[in-house]
Amino acid sequence: MLDLDVIWRNLPFLLLQGFLGIGNFVGGTLRLAVPSIILGFILGIFIGIARLAPQRWIRFPATVYVEFFRGVPLVMVIFWMWFIMPIVLKTSIPEFGVALTAFVIFEAAYLGEIVRAGIQSVPRGQVEAGTALGLSGTQGMRFVILPQALKNMIPSLVTQFIVLFKDTSLASIIGFMDLTKAAQVVNNREIRPFPIYLFIAVVYWVCTYSMSRYARHLEKRMGPA
Amino acid sequence: MNYKFNWSVLWTGESGQWLLSGLITTLELSIAAWLIAMALGIVSGALRTVRFWPLRAAATFYVEFFRNVPLLVWMFFWYFAVPPLLPQAIEDWLLAHGLEFWAAVVALGVYSGARFSEVLRSGIQAIPRTQLEASVASGLTTFQAYRYVILPVALRLIIPPGTNESLNLLKNSSVALTISVAELTFQTRQIETYTAKAIEALTAGTVIYLVLCVSIASLMSWVERRTAIPGLITGGGRRRR
Repeated sequence: MLDLDVIWRNLPFLLLQGFLGIGNFVGGTLRLAVPSIILGFILGIFIGIARLAPQRWIRFPATVYVEFFRGVPLVMVIFWMWFIMPIVLKTSIPEFGVALTAFVIFEAAYLGEIVRAGIQSVPRGQVEAGTALGLSGTQGMRFVILPQALKNMIPSLVTQFIVLFKDTSLASIIGFMDLTKAAQVVNNREIRPFPIYLFIAVVYWVCTYSMSRYARHLEKRMGPA
Repeated sequence: MNYKFNWSVLWTGESGQWLLSGLITTLELSIAAWLIAMALGIVSGALRTVRFWPLRAAATFYVEFFRNVPLLVWMFFWYFAVPPLLPQAIEDWLLAHGLEFWAAVVALGVYSGARFSEVLRSGIQAIPRTQLEASVASGLTTFQAYRYVILPVALRLIIPPGTNESLNLLKNSSVALTISVAELTFQTRQIETYTAKAIEALTAGTVIYLVLCVSIASLMSWVERRTAIPGLITGGGRRRR
């Protein structure tokens, strides 16, 4: 049942091509997850700030954005990008571009909420102190609030990265060669589903579990914010 | 943008039928998986708070292993890897009765159960330990204390995060299209394949998901207000600004 030889034979393909994205195909779980979280976080900062804006016309679209993407399955968003990007941009887009866009847009809704919670965790007195020192609203946000908010956000950001890391497996449905797709390719050749899928489950688990331990460690070290 | 909209594809031909049957399959899949997830979540969530460590360790292993691996991998695992290991008669029966549906139910149920478990555990831990001690002191066994004192309160406490997880389950059911369960996303794709009208088909699917999520969320916030325990949960779901 547990035929480890099949794993050993395909280990370079699974890990180099599928996990890291080094090889003949464009792919790689990490190559998709890392830029997605970085770009998603940058977009999320704007959305989080917009959710707290005093002006209604800024707050409202940001709220709609967040509520919309949190009410729709990620699979649906991936298909949307897959069909709509070539129509809008009038050129074919590689799977990597489609998947990256879908993840950034989708994750930004969740990351925006984390940013919002982070900003709200900064005591109100800090804003007032900034204003009293003569900082403008933007400067106060940039130099006083965001640096402190960011620190409070780190544990939730690691947790969200774990979610994103698992979600990247869905990029395989449009043909992106990530770890899951690589396992499918290997399984089509070897027909050994049990060891192959169990193996990639363990690979995912090792990554996500160690990250979640790290998030817990960070939370403990920082104490209740 | 050089795209000709033709919304009538949604109500001509078989599209309406496909969307309806997709919606029904999504609901069937979600409800069946939800029942498994609730059962597993309650049992493992409760076991994670007991004193006897082997039970606690088993529950921890279940939760940490199943929720930290992508659902898609579990779909493939339960669909491709598990059936060949079953006795021939059971495998034949499953193949004749929609194997992909039952594989998706188990995959989604077991995965979500691990996530429900964490919600339930936090609910149990929010109840003062003295409640358990008082129950045991008044002559209940630990099982009875959980069954009659701890769990009824915990289940009411976790309605908001539980609703959130249930909506996640509903949205996650879309992953079942990868093992060709004909649920809502699958049917949306089918309309696109037949009519080549992607935007219309995706809009229909998206709107159905949104309506489902919003109506379940508002229904549950009503349930939450109805079941709020006076003195324990104040304000019942209404957010304060």
